[in-house]
Amino acid sequence: MHVVYPAVLAALLFSIGVYGVLARRNTILVLMSVELMLNAVNLNLVAFDVWLRDALHGGQVLTLFVIVIAAAELGVGLAIVLAVFRNRRTVEIDHLRDLAEIPPGGEPPAAGPDGDTPGPHGGLPDGDAPDGHMIPEGDGVPAPARGGAR
Amino acid sequence: MTAAAPGLWPPTVQEVVFLLLGVVAAGSALLVVTTRQIVHAALWLVVSFGALAGCYLVLTAEFVAWVQVLIYVGAVVVLLLFGIMLTRAPIGRSDDLDSGNRPAALTVGVATAAVLVTTVIAGFGTAYAELTPGRGAAEPLGASIFRNWVLPFEALSVLLLAALIGAIVLSRTDIGGKD
Repeated sequence: MHVVYPAVLAALLFSIGVYGVLARRNTILVLMSVELMLNAVNLNLVAFDVWLRDALHGGQVLTLFVIVIAAAELGVGLAIVLAVFRNRRTVEIDHLRDLAEIPPGGEPPAAGPDGDTPGPHGGLPDGDAPDGHMIPEGDGVPAPARGGAR
Repeated sequence: MTAAAPGLWPPTVQEVVFLLLGVVAAGSALLVVTTRQIVHAALWLVVSFGALAGCYLVLTAEFVAWVQVLIYVGAVVVLLLFGIMLTRAPIGRSDDLDSGNRPAALTVGVATAAVLVTTVIAGFGTAYAELTPGRGAAEPLGASIFRNWVLPFEALSVLLLAALIGAIVLSRTDIGGKD
C-alpha cells in the first residue's frame, strides 16, 4: 500500500470539511464538517502508523484517543447548540450576531437581508434573563417564532 | 521506508479496494457538505464513516475500524440526528442551508485541497507501507494502550467524564445560575 493513497484521501476529506465549516449555515452541519476533518486526521494517523511500524502503536492509539475526544466535543457542542436554540430560537450561524462589532456608523453590518437585527432574539425581550436562565418553554412554541425571524 | 518499493502502477489488490472505498468516502463526504436536506447530510455521513472504516480495515487497523463503526456510525450520527430533531431543523428540502460566503468557502476549500495534495504527493510519493495482517488487532493494541499509554488513557477518561457532566449541566434547564 503506497502511503500516497491514504494521505491524498485524507487531504481531500480535510478540505471537504474545511469547505463545509465555512459554507454551511446550520450549526449542526458545521459540526458534521468538523467530524469529517477529524476523520481525515484519523486516516492520516492510521496510515502513518502502518508505514512507520511504530512499536508502541502510537498512531492507532492516538486515533482511538481522537475518536474519544471527538465524541466528547460533539456532546458538549450539541449541548451548547441546544442551549443557543432555547434562547434564540435559531441555530443558524449568520443570525447569531451578538458579538459582531458595530461600526461607528451605527447600524450593524449586513444583519441579514431583511433587516434581521440581533436585538429581539426571537421574542426574548432585551434585559430579560439577567442570569442566563433559560425561558421555560412550551415545546410547541418555537415554530412561528422561527419562521418570523427570517 | 522500504528499499524496493513497487511502482505506483499497477496498483495491488489492496490499493484497488482502498481506492474504491476512498471514492465512496470522499463522494459521500461531498454530499454531506452539499446536500439540501439536513437529515440526508447525517445519513451520508454514515456512508462516509462506514467507507472510512473499510479503509482502516484495508490498512490492517481492524480495532480502529470497529471502534469507528461503534462510535462514529453508532453514537456520533445518532447524536447528530438527535441534535437535528431537537433544534427543529427543516426536515424537507430547504434552500438556505448554505450561507452567503459559499464562493469564498469554495475558494478556500479548493486551495486547501491543492496545497495539501501537492505537498503530500511531493513528500510521500514513493513511500511504501508493508501491510502485515494482525498488527492492528485488539490484542497488540490493547497491550499497547494499557502498558505504554495508561496515563493518557486515564486522563482521557477524566476528560470524557468532565465533558459528560458539562453536557448535562448545559442542557438542563432546571439548574440555573447562583441566584
